[in-house]
Amino acid sequence: MAKPDVNPAIQDGGAHGFLSPAAGFRPGVVSRVSTALKEGQVSPTELCQRCLSLIKATKFLNAYITVTEDTALRQAEESEKRYRRGQSLGDLDGIPVAVKDNFSTTGIETTCASNMLKGYIPPYSATVVQKLLDQGAVLIGKTNLDEFAMGSGSTDGIFGPVRNPWSYSKQYREKCGQNSHLENEDSSWLITGGSSGGSAAAVSSFTCFAALGSDTGGSTRNPAAHCGVVGLKPTYGLVSRHGLIPLVNSMDVPGILTRCVDDAATVLGVLAGHDPKDSTTVQDPFNPFKLPSVIDVSKLCIGIPKEYHIPGLSSETLAVWSKAADLFENAGARVIEVSLPHTCYSIVCYHVLCTAEVASNMARFDGLEYGHRSNMDKSTESMYAATRREGFNDVVRGRILSGNYFLLKQNYEKYFIKAQKVRRLIANDFVNVFSSGVDVLLTPTTLRDAVPYVEFIKEDNRTRSAQDDIFTQAANMSGLPAVSIPTALSEKGLPIGLQFVGRAFQELQLLTVAKWFEKQAKFPILQLQEMLDHADALSHQKISLSS
Amino acid sequence: MPSTFSQGNFPLNVESIKHTIDQNPEWQLEEQKPLPQKKVTMELLDHLERLALVDFRNWEGVERLEKAIQFADQLHEVNTEGIEPMDSVLEDRCLYLRGDNITEGNCTKELLQNASQTAEEYFEAPPGNIPLPKLEEHESFLQDSN
Repeated sequence: MAKPDVNPAIQDGGAHGFLSPAAGFRPGVVSRVSTALKEGQVSPTELCQRCLSLIKATKFLNAYITVTEDTALRQAEESEKRYRRGQSLGDLDGIPVAVKDNFSTTGIETTCASNMLKGYIPPYSATVVQKLLDQGAVLIGKTNLDEFAMGSGSTDGIFGPVRNPWSYSKQYREKCGQNSHLENEDSSWLITGGSSGGSAAAVSSFTCFAALGSDTGGSTRNPAAHCGVVGLKPTYGLVSRHGLIPLVNSMDVPGILTRCVDDAATVLGVLAGHDPKDSTTVQDPFNPFKLPSVIDVSKLCIGIPKEYHIPGLSSETLAVWSKAADLFENAGARVIEVSLPHTCYSIVCYHVLCTAEVASNMARFDGLEYGHRSNMDKSTESMYAATRREGFNDVVRGRILSGNYFLLKQNYEKYFIKAQKVRRLIANDFVNVFSSGVDVLLTPTTLRDAVPYVEFIKEDNRTRSAQDDIFTQAANMSGLPAVSIPTALSEKGLPIGLQFVGRAFQELQLLTVAKWFEKQAKFPILQLQEMLDHADALSHQKISLSS
Repeated sequence: MPSTFSQGNFPLNVESIKHTIDQNPEWQLEEQKPLPQKKVTMELLDHLERLALVDFRNWEGVERLEKAIQFADQLHEVNTEGIEPMDSVLEDRCLYLRGDNITEGNCTKELLQNASQTAEEYFEAPPGNIPLPKLEEHESFLQDSN
């Protein structure tokens, strides 16, 4: 492939000039790329090829399970034809996007990072995937995750853990005095958070412009915070779950990961709305919106839930949270302390409800109609049992067993119904706060910045999830929209995100506030070059080792 | 370009909110509170394995369950008198029902192609109505599947 001439749109500080460090904050990355495509500054095929080669260069991140090179290039060519005819489908036409591997995609392997679905090729696409494709988006690949989206590190899938791109950033390496001892680096890399870690890493490392994740307890917002990208969890019922392999039917929501708030609004505009194939989507008409460029927060009331200040919160995140509250107050907003009294029970409640619904949802995997099937054939029951033993990892099996325990006749009332009652109390906490005049809540997204993998795996999956989900999952319990915004770098040079929680179906207000905040924060861009150098060095090392 | 939040840039003038966020932490993230240890009997384990069609595999799996139960027991501290259980956050809305019209189908081939064992237009299954063996016989039975 001939190297294209240096194109002003694609130069300067990285693979894509749209990320020019000089710009600092870049509103509407997708719309700028879209303009560039319309004006012919860059072609969809070129864009696609650049993303594909960047994926190859960043293979060590393990963000992708499947890279759909052929279909992506084909889609890019179709897009190019449309642009030449002046008939682009919209802002997403020709834009490379990635999809978490728990969304069904026609003809493309969908594994949920589990042996149970390895080799499974869905005969249909999830509604949200189809909507992206109908807008001309280019599907560049399926991203890595924790097995069946159970986890908060993207470390527990069969394809291995995902590495946080910031592990290789100039910012992190400078702060941590890293030299080029590759062995050290290789064992000190950081987790992405999870379970949508692959999607977060893909967006963060510039290999796509937007990615789909899923969010049941924080699985989109958690990795967004750790990878320095925007992670949006829409209101439950706004976006179709048809084709999203379910974890917890009453809490699952497709999540959107992008590099800026404007892009999240663009993608939401494409995805939201009633789907006849998902009866849990509301029938209210949804009007896609563009966020205003001039935003006045002086009439807003921002709530700071006092129960979110817990001992495990890192002092850095606390300071960033505090400073953010200041920013709003200095801009004239009313910033007040509020109370969500049942916060301390939300993790326990989630634990029971999640395992109970998981026990039900995982029952469909029996080896008969799809997925892995054991060779055991003495009886149907034993085949099911062996298939599930072979197909699921310990985390999944553990949750199924716990869930079944809570659903036993003698436990149903004590645990499951009890948890449902506590859920109402938690949801009511939010209703009370929002009806007292608060517009948006401001909280941390995670307890601290990303930890090294070797440290993360010292605790088991359930313990980690209980710790890491603490700020995020109450929004899933109550169905409210929430978004994580990259805010600042920690002392180690790693991203810290803050979360905004809004009223149900008020994504316009939520994202407007988030956009204003994003502008104030001026979160720095991940310095990519170091990462590519590292990849180069890694591959040279491999060559020298093999010779 | 330094970000608004870059280290050392804090004006530290957080007076108005200081009291909100700098108060002592509200509560502890406690994993295991000292509640009486739940007794998980062999009978219960066997029962769960049959219901779930998933096995504990080893004692670690059993420990995991015991910890999960202990953790869940914290729920009983909450007073939920007079509170109705919540199934769905959309409980105030009518469930959408579409018209009873056929909109798709005729996809037998697609549906069968993902199954490992089919015969004509059937999914093939081993003989049914054979209960899993009793707990004592588990080990030998499940070894065959590896």
